[in-house]
Amino acid sequence: MQISGAEILVRCLQEEGVEFLFGYPGGAVLEIYDAIFRQEKFKHVLVRHEQAAVHAADAYSRSSDKVGVALVTSGPGATNAVTGIATAYMDSIPMVVISGQVATPAIGLDAFQEVDMVGITRPCVKHNFLVKDVNDIADTIKKAFYIAKSGRPGPVVVDIPKDVTQQRAEFHYPESVHIRSYVPATRGHPGQIKKAINLLLEAKRPYIYVGGGAVQGNAAAEVTELVKSLGLPCTNTLMGLGAYPGSDPQFLGMLGMHGTYEANMAMQYCDVLIAVGARFDDRVISVPSHFLSQPKKIIHIDVDPSSISKRVKVDVPIVGDVKHVLREMLDILRQSGQKPDAQHLANWWKQIEEWRGHNSLLYTPSTELIKPQYVVEKLYEITGGKAIVASDVGQHQMWAAQYYKFDSPKQWLNSGGLGTMGFGLPAAMGAQLANPDATVACITGEGSIQMNIQELSTCKQYHTPVKIVALNNRYLGMVRQWQEFFYGTRYSESYMDALPDFVKVAEAYGHVGFKIENPSDVEPVLREAFGPALKERLVFLDFRTDQSENVFPMIQNGKGLDQMDLPPHMRDVQQVPFENNRDYGNMC
Amino acid sequence: MRHILSILLENEAGALSRVVGLFSARAYNIDSLTVSTTEDPTLSRMTIVTHGSDEVIEQITKQLNKLIEVVKVIDLNESEHIEREMMLIKVRATGKDREEMKRMADIFRGRIIDVTEKTYTIELTGTSDKLGAFIEAIDRAVILETVRTGASGIGRGERVLKI
Repeated sequence: MQISGAEILVRCLQEEGVEFLFGYPGGAVLEIYDAIFRQEKFKHVLVRHEQAAVHAADAYSRSSDKVGVALVTSGPGATNAVTGIATAYMDSIPMVVISGQVATPAIGLDAFQEVDMVGITRPCVKHNFLVKDVNDIADTIKKAFYIAKSGRPGPVVVDIPKDVTQQRAEFHYPESVHIRSYVPATRGHPGQIKKAINLLLEAKRPYIYVGGGAVQGNAAAEVTELVKSLGLPCTNTLMGLGAYPGSDPQFLGMLGMHGTYEANMAMQYCDVLIAVGARFDDRVISVPSHFLSQPKKIIHIDVDPSSISKRVKVDVPIVGDVKHVLREMLDILRQSGQKPDAQHLANWWKQIEEWRGHNSLLYTPSTELIKPQYVVEKLYEITGGKAIVASDVGQHQMWAAQYYKFDSPKQWLNSGGLGTMGFGLPAAMGAQLANPDATVACITGEGSIQMNIQELSTCKQYHTPVKIVALNNRYLGMVRQWQEFFYGTRYSESYMDALPDFVKVAEAYGHVGFKIENPSDVEPVLREAFGPALKERLVFLDFRTDQSENVFPMIQNGKGLDQMDLPPHMRDVQQVPFENNRDYGNMC
Repeated sequence: MRHILSILLENEAGALSRVVGLFSARAYNIDSLTVSTTEDPTLSRMTIVTHGSDEVIEQITKQLNKLIEVVKVIDLNESEHIEREMMLIKVRATGKDREEMKRMADIFRGRIIDVTEKTYTIELTGTSDKLGAFIEAIDRAVILETVRTGASGIGRGERVLKI
């Protein structure tokens, strides 16, 4: 029996087990929306802006093992989706975005709501398709899901012209897919794996650096086992938080621009580094030449060969699925029973503990002003460390990453690569739909939240009781911090005047709001918001925080990992000029 | 250093723009690019001449391989290879220049493929260097128009780029 292209699309999504479709209707997708209306297998979530549909689908992926799906119309619907697509691309999140397109005969004629979606998204998708024949829809959707989730994951856009959704064809969903030009790596090279193990065993100052690849690659258990069995110190990147338990003593905290003192110092002074699904990003290692000026051997496991030796030349590259590769390493280590030299390791840990003893995340408590770090600490306590935390972008994001100790992967959702303000609320919504029983908090600021605040309406419609923790300092905090440090406190356009009353905004959308101005109210209000009475409600917590608080430690642009700006209590910690530190290698 | 990359890719709409887009997005250089279908109509063969440090060439190769439609990439410089480019060059050929131009074309093993009272159009094939040398060898003032295809390359001997 022949059915319409739109119906074929809907059947494909059903075959893929799609639960939620995040979208917004419009002219070019009317046929698809009609087919959605006539089915019950999956639910459509009507967002209030297409960018939010894509962030929600993205967070649905990030917080589950499934592939999020978004549907937008042509033209402005498609361009509004681009920020969300680029966000997912930078963080390697599997996602399928279906966009409507003007009818095939109108393509290229500057038709109403026409935009070259395939052209616009080409640099920020893993792959994209323009479907020109109704007979190709099923095959294309199958490929789109396969490409999105295999290898290094990423978003895939499928652009479908309106007439193709109207034409009719037989529906047959392919059972498997083979793309001759796309064969993602799985197993690592055994010889390289052996070399890596030998290097690790000979190390005096080994260190493991774990990124988002371990989260996306479901390798948290293997990472934890490796760290535990070898007694290694471990750090996670912003994207890798949760891949190794944040509350474990072998965890040194996040590294990078706002990483802990001990995590960054260990990164600079280790002698063997094993990088797992991480990419030596500029926000992580800062200047490659400075990072490498302290001699070290680097092992790099990544599913994407192009991530290896991109910014930093590595000694032992291992291309493969991180989970597979770590499994094989663990098997070999278990059989041989070998461990790194205990004395060297003990000396290394002694040094690390000395660094850690400075407590670089210590902040000055206040009884007058609400310290943003305090809010995150209390949130951690009150949610038992179990909440899924979606964050926006800015100072609050860094405080969330520093003070909320994520013990599980897929618990921390943030736009790490692209740094997209406005990600938080729609992400929290998508995560709540993927995890209906979980507590979901959105840590945000008064700047970021206003970039997608309209989604309060969507949250009402679909009963997603997320808790918004807004650290409201009346500044675009991270911009202000940079202006304080590097632009002589000229706070150009970083002050937010005429802010709305967020409590009333929340109430206007049918939610609950609190404004918190005293430190003594932080804990009781958090307890109320996360308590049983408000379990089913969205709560907006407007914390009026200290306006002048800065994020420490901080590595300025152009500085090295051991050249941090430290918090006030550590100003007397001597950061020896790097040149004098060269003989450090003999320490252990 | 100058490298010649040979790329086998799916003969599909948009595949070429993905390759070109990659070079511009990542600030790699394209000195020349040629592309056409192969004996298998589902496949295109592309030759890109580029330059960069070994690290940059390694990244280019990896990034190209990452494109879904790219089947295979080889760097021809890694072993013996043959390079050819074709040029069509239209020159003013009047008076005593007319005989001189014919002689130069013969020396460079070019063929005159179109003749008017005042012009010759010469077809010349060889390495990119040879075509450059021809342009250097003749008087710049007589050149009316040049069209170069960009280099295409192939491995020597048994070495083949195939699925």
